[in-house]
Amino acid sequence: MADVTKIYVPRDMAALAMGADDVAAKIETVAEKSGAAIEIVRNGSRGLLWLEPMVEVETGEGRIAYGPVAASDVESLFASDFLKGGAHKLRLGKPEEIPWLAKQQRLTFARCGIIDPFSLDDYRAYGGMAGLDKALTLDAPGIVDEVKASGLRGRGGAGFPAWIKWDTVRKAEADRKYVVCNADEGDSGTFADRMLMEGDPFTLIEGMTIAGLATGATKGYIYLRSEYPQAFEALNRALVVARRRGVLGASVMNSGKPFDIEVRLGAGAYICGEETSLLESLEGKRGVVRAKPPIPALKGLFGKPTLVNNVMSFAAIPWILSHGGKAYADYGMGRSLGTLPIQLAGNVKRGGLIELAFGISLREVIEEFGGGTWSGRPVRAAQVGGPLGAYFPDKLFDTPLDYEAFAAKKGLLGHGGIVVFDDTVDLAKQARFAFEFCAAESCGKCTPCRIGATRGVETMDRVISGVQPEKNLGLVRDLCEIMTDGSLCAMGGLTPVPVMSAIDNFPEDFNTRARPSVAIAAE
Amino acid sequence: MTAYEPWNAERASQIIAEHAALEGATLPIMHAMQEAFGHVPDAAVPMIADALNLSRAEIHGCLTFYHDFRRQPAGRHVVKLCRAEACQSVGADALHADIKRELNVDWHETTADGEVTIEPVFCLGLCTCGPAALIDGKPVGALDVGKLRAALGRSH
Ligand SMILES: Cc1cc2nc3c(=O)[nH]c(=O)nc-3n(C[C@H](O)[C@H](O)[C@H](O)COP(=O)(O)O)c2cc1C
Ligand code: SF4
Ligand code: FES
Repeated sequence: MADVTKIYVPRDMAALAMGADDVAAKIETVAEKSGAAIEIVRNGSRGLLWLEPMVEVETGEGRIAYGPVAASDVESLFASDFLKGGAHKLRLGKPEEIPWLAKQQRLTFARCGIIDPFSLDDYRAYGGMAGLDKALTLDAPGIVDEVKASGLRGRGGAGFPAWIKWDTVRKAEADRKYVVCNADEGDSGTFADRMLMEGDPFTLIEGMTIAGLATGATKGYIYLRSEYPQAFEALNRALVVARRRGVLGASVMNSGKPFDIEVRLGAGAYICGEETSLLESLEGKRGVVRAKPPIPALKGLFGKPTLVNNVMSFAAIPWILSHGGKAYADYGMGRSLGTLPIQLAGNVKRGGLIELAFGISLREVIEEFGGGTWSGRPVRAAQVGGPLGAYFPDKLFDTPLDYEAFAAKKGLLGHGGIVVFDDTVDLAKQARFAFEFCAAESCGKCTPCRIGATRGVETMDRVISGVQPEKNLGLVRDLCEIMTDGSLCAMGGLTPVPVMSAIDNFPEDFNTRARPSVAIAAE
Repeated sequence: MTAYEPWNAERASQIIAEHAALEGATLPIMHAMQEAFGHVPDAAVPMIADALNLSRAEIHGCLTFYHDFRRQPAGRHVVKLCRAEACQSVGADALHADIKRELNVDWHETTADGEVTIEPVFCLGLCTCGPAALIDGKPVGALDVGKLRAALGRSH
């Protein structure tokens, strides 16, 4: 039999959204017709999302990428002998040599887009499981020490030192403890969690398992947002493999220590990304925020000590254990150590996943990686850190991606999402939307958030339609102060961040007589 | 397009029984019901409450808290349109206005012929290829009216 050529067609949700299934089907048909022996592997995405579906062919000199491929390109690809890496207008060369990717520092995403997501052998061949192997040689305090040495801070948004929570859960005495992965990824402009769960789910499973060993928890839950049906399927498939291969179960890798993981679906509530609301939801209740203390590390799921971390936090753990915490801490700046999976999105030419050490400037990301806007118009604003993050103007673009540097500019890094807007954006509308989003997603427990957000929408409507704009803008400012000071959680507490950053950084959009963006829109 | 079973109390009991032993079983049960029937009717509330030993108020509260759960059947096609910032930055608002005008519906409504329900979502993790949508559970990027028509098999 002739040699079988391996062809990689991503099953990442973003690739599917651009037609990857049609491309895979078409490749099958054309290969069959032409008698070519091929095997299609549905991998994750490498994160060059403007090139999806990016098809890779395994050739004698390594993998050669083509993209973005449409089903209608497939015949011509075969005609150009792409199974041998032939020339074609969509040929991108070796993916790892594409500068956009070559410039990155991929630790967490080292395997995503390369391996078959459900092959544990592939996973091991590319460095997977080395962290768990290492962890099994350490005692629980020894694992926590590595996490401490890494300087890892929670990637879910708040940037809290991971090791403190790990140590608190470890030391808590209880008959049962839990490890909970926050996979609610609700922030607009973010998709790193999704990409990893779809493209390299074993990394998350390995990270959570190490957390189980470190804390003494025996049960893990992944709380996944329902908007990610592909990730749900991928995680469940990977969990079956992990159980069958003895990674999970009554005796993790024959260590005698039990640990297993179950995936649970959220139900379309942004607030369930907040950890206490998430725990309520996992318990089967409305996702209403709990007052802290008690902290979840001591009294979490069903009242038991619970470690809650973001997907990216757990996914950093295998690398940290296998290379040592110190090696991880060698990346980054100040108190932001290691790498940040940056998600560049919105109105941008080259969007995708960019994993880099902390410290690169927002400008470098938007201009060098992003290549400017997708529309070709000038960049006017970037919202960093999701719907509760600030809108930055060009003059703040030199801010380095670092938790403290962003806080100093009244912004936040959050989960590392960057949404780019061109000069048609109307920041008054964006400020109104921030209130609208808060009103729609508030859990309703406290008044400043529940009532404040709705009042914010009404008041912004008046500003926008020019009804006593000065007076009403004053009201918006007062409202923001009350929400900042009086809200129980960061939903109400941070909604003023996008609102005030829009007002302070783009005052010209709030002067209803001469809104430049309105003039542009009317061109 | 998704075909749902008509409401059937016996089938509902069976779904509840399959999940009742889970820790915090409410959401898994409601998801399974919605998958089977396309919505979670009020008739299911006392059944879930009894099975989980919770009050009807608690179950009702849960059902109404989460945006995903429908208490009424939806149209034959469900279109979830992303309304969040990254999609706004590439013209989602204007597209949504066009779609709503063409189908003559507002958010959460179903077209008069019972074909299409339009629901808002905030981010699908497709933020580099907006405007994004889930059409009958399938991800669609760079959505425009033409793509939507094609996906729904409508000529106008
Ligand atoms: C309104 C709100 C939404 C949040 N959404 C998420 C989310 O989607 N994913 C996440 O990991 N953390 C989210 N968080 C942060 C969590 O409360 C919590 O800090 C995090 O899960 C802890 O994990 P980490 O330390 O690994 O970041 C949210 C917080 C708030 C206030
Ligand atoms: S700030 Fe908003 S979301 Fe947070 S507890 Fe209060 S009402 Fe709930
Ligand atoms: S903002 Fe629309 S998919 Fe993320």
